Amino acid sequence: MASYSTNEFKAGLKVMLDSDPCAIIENEFVKPGKGQAFNRVKIRNLKTGRVIERTFKSGDSLEAADVVDVAMQYLYNDGDFRHFMVPDTFEQYQCTEKAVSDASKWLKDQDICTVTLWNDSPLSVTPGNFVELAIIETDPGVRGDTSGGGGKPAVLETGAVVRVPLFVQQGEVIKVDTRTGEYISRVKE
Amino acid sequence: MQSDWQPSCSIELLRLRAQLLAEIRGFFSARAVLEVETPLLSYSSGTDPQLDFFTSDYCSYPLQQTLYLQTSPEFAMKRLLAAGSGSIYQICKAFRNGESGRTHNPEFTIIEWYSVDFTLTQLMDEIADLIAVLFKDRYQLETTQRISYQEVFYKNTGLDPLLFNYEQYSAYALKSESPEAIELCKADHNAWLDFIFSHHIQPSMGKNALCMVYGYPACQSSLARINKDNSKVTDRVEIFINGIELGNGYYELTDAQEQNQRFDKEIELRQQSNRPIIVKNTQLIAALEAGLPECSGMAIGIDRLLMVLTKNNHIEDVIPFSLARS
Repeated sequence: MASYSTNEFKAGLKVMLDSDPCAIIENEFVKPGKGQAFNRVKIRNLKTGRVIERTFKSGDSLEAADVVDVAMQYLYNDGDFRHFMVPDTFEQYQCTEKAVSDASKWLKDQDICTVTLWNDSPLSVTPGNFVELAIIETDPGVRGDTSGGGGKPAVLETGAVVRVPLFVQQGEVIKVDTRTGEYISRVKE
Repeated sequence: MQSDWQPSCSIELLRLRAQLLAEIRGFFSARAVLEVETPLLSYSSGTDPQLDFFTSDYCSYPLQQTLYLQTSPEFAMKRLLAAGSGSIYQICKAFRNGESGRTHNPEFTIIEWYSVDFTLTQLMDEIADLIAVLFKDRYQLETTQRISYQEVFYKNTGLDPLLFNYEQYSAYALKSESPEAIELCKADHNAWLDFIFSHHIQPSMGKNALCMVYGYPACQSSLARINKDNSKVTDRVEIFINGIELGNGYYELTDAQEQNQRFDKEIELRQQSNRPIIVKNTQLIAALEAGLPECSGMAIGIDRLLMVLTKNNHIEDVIPFSLARS
């Protein structure tokens, strides 16, 4: 596998650190005028999601990590694994709950999401930025209230709970921003 | 359409830079310090173990010789001092290979000056005066701080920078969540000082104030004189504002023999770290033998000074064409 020198580190680059695949977030060149050059690197462990800071001697290198993001369609949950498919090739992948993690509450059958593969096995799942999901349970709203102030909790078909305006009713489909977990709008069927 | 033809800094910034340069010239002119120019290209380079240089070729058939772009104008300016120039200053470009980042561009502008008969303390007074002139009506600075390297190091880490203790330094690395320092620095005192200072001390130095750190450990003396009362420290000063290293100065070493020995030691260090072989500047040794007047010298990076003045976070914000656009 190729390797990258600290001089090539830039945001998004995937490298191996302590046997785990990681993504570079930030790389700062630090050098006292008369002293040693270092690279102070902010790096995310793609297995744990944890962000750490690590310093390298300038010119040191790390092995590249075979990490790719692939758009896949979510198929179903068999109880042990969640199954995904690459639409173009029909190639299927199964993901553990650990890899799916927080994405699970946004996953609806047939939705397209991003599966991050490390050495061709799923590392993590990222839902689309916006998903459209039906409300399966919420208190009856007050008619005429369109202010959106206050709001109420609503349970969605995937199990996620989001705050929605009072006028939104059970059975309606809403658009949600998965990055913030916030209600965006109602979706006309 | 290609957009990298445009400068990365504003035209407003070019004006500010021009004003600063004019004020620096005014400052030294009022003090009867002579402005000089020395070659950017020369047959030899500095021996600094941590600096990499650019080379070029002089071709005049059948003659072909390697020339070095200066990493600092220090040697040539000292030759002028030895020739009787009196106090001198220069605003010029310096070149350091491989240095690119938020506060580094491989080609940068410095103001370097030498004040004859000045001690390090007098030099520090002069630095404070210059900074005050350049910041006046532009940036309100708090009271200038002067602190010894040993004191600032101890205050921040509890470690003595003058006395290398591997166990204590390693324990500090673990405590400060930088265990990698142990592997990176090993038994190299200098590397430890660089690591700890740049990671754990410098970032908090000189908050909205000029902070001058003097009395560097003797192992970091470079071209500074060893302190006459304490051989563990050297008469070297570095200045910082908002955690940015702006400049470096020395009470200059005038002893030709000692200079020669330091060169040999630095060349040896360069060989150990597989850096390119360099030619020792024997002209500087000869100039010191002829007699360098007692003096103190300082260099300040103009680009970083502009970064601080305009609260910009990246050197590209204050120079029109960084390496990427050059």
